[in-house]
Amino acid sequence: MTARRRTRAGSARIRFGFAVIAVYVVAAAIGPWLFRYNPVDTRTADRLKPPFTRLSDGSFAIFGTDQVGQDLFAQMLQGARISIAVGLATLVLAGTIGVTIGLAAGYFGGWLDGVLMRLADIQLAFPSILLAIFIAALLGPSVVNVVIVLAVANWVTFARVARGQALATRRREFVDASRTLGAGTWRLITRCVLPACVAPVLVVATVEIGHVILAEASLSFLGLGTPASTPSWGVTIANGRNYLADAWWISTIPGIALAFLVISLGVLGDALRDRYDPRLRSL
Amino acid sequence: MGAYVVRRLFFSLFVLWGAVTIIFVVLRLVPGDPAYIMLGPDADQAQVAALRAQLGLDQSLIQQYATYLANVVHLDFGESFRLNADSMSLVLQRVPATIQLATTALLLSLLIGLPLGVIAALRAHSWVDRAISVFSLMGQSTPSFWLGIVLILVFARGLKVLPSAGSGSWAHLVLPTITLALPFLAILVRLTRSGLLEVVHEGYVHTARAKGLGEGIVVLVHAMRNALIPIVTVVGLQFGALLGGTVIVETVFAWPGVGRLLIDSIGRRDYGVVQASILLVATIFVLINLLVDLLYGFLDPRVRLAGD
Repeated sequence: MTARRRTRAGSARIRFGFAVIAVYVVAAAIGPWLFRYNPVDTRTADRLKPPFTRLSDGSFAIFGTDQVGQDLFAQMLQGARISIAVGLATLVLAGTIGVTIGLAAGYFGGWLDGVLMRLADIQLAFPSILLAIFIAALLGPSVVNVVIVLAVANWVTFARVARGQALATRRREFVDASRTLGAGTWRLITRCVLPACVAPVLVVATVEIGHVILAEASLSFLGLGTPASTPSWGVTIANGRNYLADAWWISTIPGIALAFLVISLGVLGDALRDRYDPRLRSL
Repeated sequence: MGAYVVRRLFFSLFVLWGAVTIIFVVLRLVPGDPAYIMLGPDADQAQVAALRAQLGLDQSLIQQYATYLANVVHLDFGESFRLNADSMSLVLQRVPATIQLATTALLLSLLIGLPLGVIAALRAHSWVDRAISVFSLMGQSTPSFWLGIVLILVFARGLKVLPSAGSGSWAHLVLPTITLALPFLAILVRLTRSGLLEVVHEGYVHTARAKGLGEGIVVLVHAMRNALIPIVTVVGLQFGALLGGTVIVETVFAWPGVGRLLIDSIGRRDYGVVQASILLVATIFVLINLLVDLLYGFLDPRVRLAGD
């Protein structure tokens, strides 16, 4: 009975999560076309205007303007695009690296498994933000580098899940049957073991994307993520820090948008995990 | 127990060796001459040549690695060209401030997180539980650099009751501690709640209740003691995130710890100090996890016997 009640409660959480995320994705996809943002455009007459101000060109700044007179709302729409794109690209890269390593470790076992999983242990024993900061510091700030850095810091979870699935699947009868029929190693991995990884990997990806978006914002805030010319939310919040006395809104509003997105992803990820794979809870 | 301790010690050393190796590999994998990258575009030829010699860049990779390991063992990360001092001693000077911040944040999280988790578990599925869950989810999802800024806006700029930056008094410690503690506290609430809910239906809890013990004693002594075991482990692992968080919190509040030194050194391309701070934080983290593992083995005999 408890299980049934939990599934029902989960549906509400899943609907809520999907609805909010859909709004963000639509805003990120079409928002920058509706509200133009030009990073080199400066309008000194409209500097540091509070929310709900009509600007000199007649447009309405619902979230106010920043230190160079840019509309904060347009900047945040652009930022949503960057944060979501970086989050997705990171997951694709981290997922590809992690699943490949996890499948190899789980399927072949032996010394390869030992080496790869010790590597994963070392990385887990190392605060991942420190590793990200170190690599980002060496590579320098750029969108591509953020994706690389965060993927390197986040592949381990995917590797563990894929390895677990590979271990569980490779001894199943249908795999043995395929092998007996003459299927090669490559075919067995891609056709038999890999499909078993898809569902848990997607669940893990939903749980992780919120963390990745937060990590991107943190790196950008420290000046190690997206460059200053690319207005991700972290960059906008960092810029606003210098104008706290005059313009509270520059740092505050993008932070609320960021936190709300991460909360929704968290709700969705937890609900999907509870419904499809409660065993993943320990990750 | 002896074999268990030796095994954990060996694993900790192995992890530290791995961390050192990762830093070495990353430094060599990044495109370009490490000496140029470390010194930046405005370095002169003599400085580059000196650093190349110090790093042994004209030797084979294996020799470079051996030199690097030997230097790390002697805690020698070279001189900081920018600050004219030994890199490791610069970092060590900053350690007490970071430890102070991390410890107060840990204490605050335990003082608030454990009771909230217990209340949520005792009132599972009630509105109190929901409210605590929402708070915990928000705590985990709030970017700490943003929370720090908002706290500065409200308590330092608005109400003018607390200082916005710097260190020296207890008042300076309040805002950074809250900022650093919140995500950790939120995870602790969740863990305590789920840990307690897992054991409340165990036989020994029923036995305790059947003996006529008060509900408080049943929960706090009989159930909590067993629920604590997984909590202790995860607290150890999450402490790494807390240490990583000090980098951001120290930057927001200008707190003079290792994290801020790390970010300042990155800005100055002072990579000796960068490596020394990262390895020092990693070492603190590994030591804490070693302690947690030993404590865990002490609390739960199944753990230390598992591998024997």
